[in-house]
Amino acid sequence: MSGGVDSAVAAARAAAAGHDVTGVHLALSRNPQTYRSGARGCCTLEDSRDARRAADVIGIPFYVWDMADRFHEDVVDDFVAEYAAGRTPNPCLRCNEKIKFAAVLDRAIALGFDAVVTGHHARLGADGLLRRSVDLPKDQSYVLAVLNREQLDRSMFPLGDTTKAQVRAEAAARGLSVADKPDSHDICFIADGDTRGFLAERLGEEPGDIVDALTGAVVGSHAGAYAYTVGQRRGLNIGVPAPDGKPRYVLSITPVTNTVTVGPAESLEVGTVAGDRPVWTGGALPDGPVECEVQLRAHGTPVPAVVTLADGVLTAELRSPARGVAPGQAVVAYRPDPAGDIVLGSATIS
Amino acid sequence: MAYLDHAATTPMLDEAIEAYAATAREVGNPSSLHAAGRCARRHVEESRERIAAALGARPSEVIFTGGGTEADNLAVKGIFWARRAERPGRVRVIASSVEHHAVLDSVEWLVRHEGAAATWLPVDEAGRLDPASLAEALDDDVALVTAMWANNEVGTVQPVTELAALAAAAQVPFHTDAVQAVGQVPVDFAASGAAALTVTGHKLGGPVGVGALLLGRDVAATPLLHGGGQERDVRSGTLDAPGIVAFAVAVERSVKTQREYAARIAALRDALVAGVRGVAPDVIYNGDPVDRLPSNAHFSFPGCEGDALLLLLDAQGVACSTGSACSAGVAQPSHVLIAMGNDDDRARSSLRFTLGHTSTQADVDALVAALPAAVERARRAGMIKSSR
Repeated sequence: MSGGVDSAVAAARAAAAGHDVTGVHLALSRNPQTYRSGARGCCTLEDSRDARRAADVIGIPFYVWDMADRFHEDVVDDFVAEYAAGRTPNPCLRCNEKIKFAAVLDRAIALGFDAVVTGHHARLGADGLLRRSVDLPKDQSYVLAVLNREQLDRSMFPLGDTTKAQVRAEAAARGLSVADKPDSHDICFIADGDTRGFLAERLGEEPGDIVDALTGAVVGSHAGAYAYTVGQRRGLNIGVPAPDGKPRYVLSITPVTNTVTVGPAESLEVGTVAGDRPVWTGGALPDGPVECEVQLRAHGTPVPAVVTLADGVLTAELRSPARGVAPGQAVVAYRPDPAGDIVLGSATIS
Repeated sequence: MAYLDHAATTPMLDEAIEAYAATAREVGNPSSLHAAGRCARRHVEESRERIAAALGARPSEVIFTGGGTEADNLAVKGIFWARRAERPGRVRVIASSVEHHAVLDSVEWLVRHEGAAATWLPVDEAGRLDPASLAEALDDDVALVTAMWANNEVGTVQPVTELAALAAAAQVPFHTDAVQAVGQVPVDFAASGAAALTVTGHKLGGPVGVGALLLGRDVAATPLLHGGGQERDVRSGTLDAPGIVAFAVAVERSVKTQREYAARIAALRDALVAGVRGVAPDVIYNGDPVDRLPSNAHFSFPGCEGDALLLLLDAQGVACSTGSACSAGVAQPSHVLIAMGNDDDRARSSLRFTLGHTSTQADVDALVAALPAAVERARRAGMIKSSR
């Protein structure tokens, strides 16, 4: 229970369905006091109190579990290391994989619980298939697609068939004071939303060149290649205009040479996406190509593709090229379905 | 429910509830001059006399406060300020390293904001202070000494009289937090030699939110709260007549019944300890085995986290405590267990069970029945963490 409206209603629904529910708030900051004010994340004292208050209203026990050390090792340190390696990580996905549906789940199972319930907007029905939420703009199946079969079998997402507006209305009807609490958007451990500043503090300034992919010329400089994301256009501060006058985008980041390579939009286009560390939960492992759609970043538009799984690598041949495919993000394969698009599998874009 | 957390708060005595309700039905500010005020004042002053008589103090030495935390703050900060005002170089506070946070954090606040210097007295593995360490620490820059009568976590009773005598010989005021001690062990303010003593209502069958600092007549304390000048000008604020009356009833009653209560509850506590050892043979019994509060049992469960045990026992209707302070709800390893020479793991594996006037053998039986499964599960959960 983060202290937000979604997890509060999810807990209330699980309790109302007759489950023996215990609320757990994760303390993820090593020093909660430092986030006392201003932070719109999920680890402030205020959030902890909101979660406790919701649990009291629902009438379930409530505990704070200290996951700060594991969160820092598995999510924050990983986040920084991934950027340092020129990739663009998704920390929410990593938190689901390593904390919520691993450390928390394992502890819960050991303590005698059967499953972890969260307020994620995704559907997980009796067929064991993970599907998109009915509320497509709020759908979070992308950040859950990293979960494997054992993890999904121990998970419950009671909000998947409900829109966010309905969740808020239900929270109000249930007397939960978090009904009107604003959504959190930013990365919870970067309270001020300044990702670049957060990285600079940890990785230091490391000035290097911005190179044009077509001409090979140095067209600008940067304070650290890690601060860039493939597909990024803003904030490049390129002094030399492109010969064709068109905007340039980050095409790649090369940590070894500390170089950011830029070029025109067309050069961003990718026809094949490969991902490692694959998981497949949408049925039996495929023994051949699978016609499906792939989503290449959170809230990205799905692209028709043919996916194959071989030798620990998930390969997606895109039916039409996609732009801004950033290593470190997840490639998630979906099978379109009238009852909610089904997550087939996922991998980390390499 | 098996309520085994009486040291956190214990149910109000029926007589205290009745006394509270009867007084609450009357109107009158004890500071008012009219008949209603006089009537309220009479209730307050009679209560003051009853508390003084029960605790070996003079009525004028009873300063009513809003509870133990306020009384501790008043003693530590108030006496420090008054002593320093008397002589500016007097800035040292000697405190035991196992104090309740109401004392501990007050001392640390003085260090951070008032230029105080702190000397923390060590304890042995049973949580007991050695008077020799106080004798060594006393010097002419000491503003006050503070050491609790009995520890709230592990229940160890301190050699308060010896400590107070050493401080008195050095002409340094000695404060003792006796919140956990009154009603459990004999407490006599005058005989103890202390200059100030904290007592609170809700640990002995009175209401929450009322307590007292027994403050020797010749001991100066600078007030924390300024206003109407009540309580010798040391603690302003309208006196809570119903709360004070109920507090006095509870103090009087718990002191009067202390001997028989202690005998009964110590026997029940010993049954609890035997029961716990029976189902969890590797358990470690913390605190002084002899000089301890009769109601206190404190254990470390190797390989378990206290938090996990508490959750599991709570789910079985057994209420207990990890006894440690919380920061945003996250348990920190207890400074008491650490001061006793334990490592973080052992400190985190601890649980406190405390009995009270409503405790029965059935409560102990419920704990002993619920404990084996809880320990087994908590140990499994503990393995996951330690296997990383």
